[in-house]
Amino acid sequence: MSQGNMNLTLKVWRQKNEKDTGKIVDYKVSDISPDMSFLEMFDVLNEQLISKGEESIAFDHDCREGICGMCSMFINGQPHGPNKGVTTCQLHMRSFKDGDTIVVEPWRAAAFPVIKDLTVDRSAFDRIISKGGFISVNTGNAQDANNIPIPKTDADAAFSAAACIGCGACVATCKNSSAMLFVAAKISQFALLPQGQVEGIARAKNMVAQMDAEGFGNCTNTGACEVECPKGISLENIARMNREFFMANIME
Amino acid sequence: MSTTSSTNFLQSSLGKKLIMSLTGLFLISFLVIHCLLNSFIFFNDGGLLFNEGAKFMAENPIIRIMEIVLFAGLILHMIQALILTMQNNKARPIKYAVQKGAANSTWYSRSMGILGSLLLIFLVVHLANFWVKSRFTGLPGLDANGNENLYAVMLEEFKEPLIVIVYLLGVGSLAYHLMHGFQSAFQSLGWNHPKYTPCIKAIGLWFSIIISVIFAAMPLSIFFGCIK
Repeated sequence: MSQGNMNLTLKVWRQKNEKDTGKIVDYKVSDISPDMSFLEMFDVLNEQLISKGEESIAFDHDCREGICGMCSMFINGQPHGPNKGVTTCQLHMRSFKDGDTIVVEPWRAAAFPVIKDLTVDRSAFDRIISKGGFISVNTGNAQDANNIPIPKTDADAAFSAAACIGCGACVATCKNSSAMLFVAAKISQFALLPQGQVEGIARAKNMVAQMDAEGFGNCTNTGACEVECPKGISLENIARMNREFFMANIME
Repeated sequence: MSTTSSTNFLQSSLGKKLIMSLTGLFLISFLVIHCLLNSFIFFNDGGLLFNEGAKFMAENPIIRIMEIVLFAGLILHMIQALILTMQNNKARPIKYAVQKGAANSTWYSRSMGILGSLLLIFLVVHLANFWVKSRFTGLPGLDANGNENLYAVMLEEFKEPLIVIVYLLGVGSLAYHLMHGFQSAFQSLGWNHPKYTPCIKAIGLWFSIIISVIFAAMPLSIFFGCIK
């Protein structure tokens, strides 16, 4: 074994399909480089399983650059593992020690049913977006600078909200499986800009209604989502969503 | 995009949160008045001022109406909490094998239901001790000013160590319930602002600590004979 490499015990959720009850299965991996990402470590494990003729572990991944929002593992009790501001693909094995036992589970929420092993169906988010996470008309090419005056603070806050990659870590970590940080980010990125404000009332009402219909829980302001969000989406967005929704209901 | 949802505002998740925060803040306003009036016992005048205050609270028509509003607010707060908690439990039918809540939130912010239930148990004991006696079953006589002597009941109750312990547990639950609830109410109302939110959080923390210490001092000072 190379210097600094480690042997680990993994306790991984295995579930054949949506109907299967599923269970945690123990696996050993050895000679894992600290420079591997967590997903690369899973690639190694899957190679092992395949060479033994066993079924590989299904897990979501796409860009492996921390920007697509596909990876979704709940690692040792935290979404995307122990580090702040990173997705699972950007979590490296140097964050663990030789001999560690690591528990890996899928996102747990009624609105995110398990498809297989560690993959969950997050299309509930897509349905929320389809209810208002867009602008109905073509707003044209990018304007000349300062053609539409927007305060720098608003532009920055809108951009920070737009950084949400829709991974669902907020739902996964929330004790109530609430999707409010996600929905708040998607409402805020438009609510702060003049192009988005035109449809603000319908957007707030429709997206909140769809969020409730999907069976997500209710926010109790524990702030866990903000801490675990790989993109640092702020709780201020949830307060803004509340204001948008209250005003929408007062106006219409 | 046109408005397609026709859900009732008060049945929506955010509507229920709004009710939780408004009833919570209303209950906090009651705590302030309750604490101020009870603090009359610290004048240590044999309860004369305290009984005067109790008489005002019992006879003033506005206070009597507010008593009904208070119970309504409390019941609404509890019913909403129950509905929200049941929905939240349903939102995660399969729990995690490992969940590290301490890494991202305070234990009391995750335990509002338990803390609230403890408060409810305390409240039943508390109402049976004082409110039922003063409103329905009658008090044991008059003080030197000819007012009904609620103070005497207080002195009697807080001689009992078990009662004092129950009160301290109740006040402890209150402290933690408020530490999260106070600032949480403002967030639910949509009031989160870089300038004011740190201030709200600080006020919430100190309010929770100070009001709980004052409430705890009442049974303790009587039990240890500092107030007679």
